[in-house]
Amino acid sequence: MASSKRLPDVTSPAKDTPAAPAPLLHPAAAAYLARHDGLAEHLPGHRHPWVSALRRRAAEVFARQGFPTRRDEAWRYTDLRALTETRFDEPLLAVDRPVLLPDGIADAAAPRLVFLDGRFRPDLSDLDSLPEGVRVESLGALLEAGEEDVRDRFGALARAETSAFVALNAMLAEDGAVITVTAPPEAAARLHLVSVGSASGDRPVAFHPRHLIRLAEGARLTLFDSAVGEGTTPYLNNTVAEIALAPGARLTHVRLQAEAGRSFHVSTVFAEVGERGEYESFVLATGARLARNEVHATLAGPKAAAHLNGAQLGDGERHVDTTTVITHAAPDCASRQTFKSVLAGRSRAVFQGKIHVHRAAQKTDGYQMNQALLLSPSAEIDAKPQLEIYADDVKCSHGATVGELDADQLFYLRSRGLPLREARAILIEAFLADALEAVEDEAFRSALGQATAGWWARAHTEAGA
Amino acid sequence: MDAMLTIEGLTATVDDKPVLKGIDLAVPAGEVHAIMGPNGSGKSTLGYVLAGREGYEVTGGRVTFRGQDLLAMEPEDRAAAGLFLAFQYPVELPGVGNANFLRQALNAIRRKRGEAELDAMQFLKLVRAKMKALGMTEEMLKRFVNVGFSGGEKKRNEILQMSVLEPAFCVLDETDSGLDIDALKIVADGVNALRSPERGMLVITHYQRLLTYIVPDRVHVLVGGRIVRSGGPELALELEEKGYGELQEAA
Repeated sequence: MASSKRLPDVTSPAKDTPAAPAPLLHPAAAAYLARHDGLAEHLPGHRHPWVSALRRRAAEVFARQGFPTRRDEAWRYTDLRALTETRFDEPLLAVDRPVLLPDGIADAAAPRLVFLDGRFRPDLSDLDSLPEGVRVESLGALLEAGEEDVRDRFGALARAETSAFVALNAMLAEDGAVITVTAPPEAAARLHLVSVGSASGDRPVAFHPRHLIRLAEGARLTLFDSAVGEGTTPYLNNTVAEIALAPGARLTHVRLQAEAGRSFHVSTVFAEVGERGEYESFVLATGARLARNEVHATLAGPKAAAHLNGAQLGDGERHVDTTTVITHAAPDCASRQTFKSVLAGRSRAVFQGKIHVHRAAQKTDGYQMNQALLLSPSAEIDAKPQLEIYADDVKCSHGATVGELDADQLFYLRSRGLPLREARAILIEAFLADALEAVEDEAFRSALGQATAGWWARAHTEAGA
Repeated sequence: MDAMLTIEGLTATVDDKPVLKGIDLAVPAGEVHAIMGPNGSGKSTLGYVLAGREGYEVTGGRVTFRGQDLLAMEPEDRAAAGLFLAFQYPVELPGVGNANFLRQALNAIRRKRGEAELDAMQFLKLVRAKMKALGMTEEMLKRFVNVGFSGGEKKRNEILQMSVLEPAFCVLDETDSGLDIDALKIVADGVNALRSPERGMLVITHYQRLLTYIVPDRVHVLVGGRIVRSGGPELALELEEKGYGELQEAA
């Protein structure tokens, strides 16, 4: 690794000046703060005092805590040095070139919103068939307009203190999707949100999309949320999504992370679920050099439910991290989580799952299962389940398994004529099946299947001893 | 005319322990040979060595299958060349649908043979007829491979695979174990239906019972890793009467 830049030694204050020394800030963090200061007059909404105040507060939080290190409990297994040692610029404003959407993404057959390097691209989007009762807007435009509604929603669920990345996002967010669904439940809508990291230049860029999603009482939406990328120049996609589900609302959030191989992907999702509401999410992670998917779901009203399923597929030297925090804040709520990791080469995976049950959340039903399949002796997973329970009448369980492909099953398949590569793919698919089955939308499930096949085309040479 | 399968001086170890100690055997096309022997004589090892299972190390000898060096081939290539092992304990594959599994296997073999793959409809038509003959319900296609199958269902599923894949040579490892007499008859009928002048079979069994229904052309007795006697179908009856004791002492 190239030597990391260090600040010149800070001379300690003279003995007779008792003032506390200023906190030593990591040069990467200092660079982001300088960028925020430099861009303050250019970021969307800067004319509106509430917008700049919001950004300033986030910058203060970020300056206080800087980037996390492995000494921080929440980041113990994920080393961010490769990310913090990369200097990212803002994407150039004029990236006006055609973008090819990958197979399966292009034909997901739903109204489509496309963001290129974090900016909304109406020309690539297709919102003609948007159903009634579904409103889709660009956050950048709403911030510029100083829209009061956005003032209420931006940061309402995502507190900058949660992590440096959430703070960074608030400081620098330029755009994002603002999705509002008011339609009645019988008009279940489908929508496809696409983020493309193009990294077209030769300098690394960072973008910080902020999505605000709100479903009114009883509304339903299936959102396919995919992040894809191309090219070999690194980029950082630091997305934050704030999802508010009113009573009885149901969001099916199908996510695909298939970023370019040298990119960094950090996404933090905050979902708040009202009474009898449901947040159903499935995440498939197949890309990026370093990826962290963090989900904070709060069951805020009685009988609310959160189902978080997902799979992370590793190969090469990739690092994939899934961190979930489910807060049961009301009684009679259920949370179910099934996460699978399949790791080839020297890839690493992290699964941290916390279930936090408030005192008031009696009759909580919480379940968490984390299973890993290691395809090579150099692959590794760190798993940390955590239950924090303050109510006395709850049912909470968690489990974890780590294994490799079964030699007897492989031989059985091969003895029937299936080549080793195909036999392994069949067993991996079977391993993922009970998590993937949760995705009911066929077009979206098929896109996930193609992403899995794409990963396997890359990873199969690194499977086996 | 050379035999379809020729085994010469085959020796093999499992966990460094010698199990096969020099097997010589030739099975011509069109014939059914039976391998009989007591427990631990190396019967199943012979089946696994032929199919190419890991952990069964060949230490000497050679096996020629349809003119090719069988032992140099990967398990999937042996299958594509026409060898099929019906397992004594068929493996369960949770999450893998029986129909998809069988179609993928058939198409993998057809691809290797340069034949066109079958689509889902063509496959279903083919498999339905074969299932009916084996007294299997179509519901078994929808289940995961061998998961929750009874002993008899598992064995029938093996014979179904065999009749769909239509191998040139079948090795049946203790196909009778765990079957009641009715299931045994159905399975034997399925096997007999596959007998043909172009196809060879090696039937591995502990008991004579199966050989009443699948009548072999030759019977070989395997004891202590060696074939100690060979003969016609009457040898099976003799063993049923006298047991393996005398032959074990001789070995």
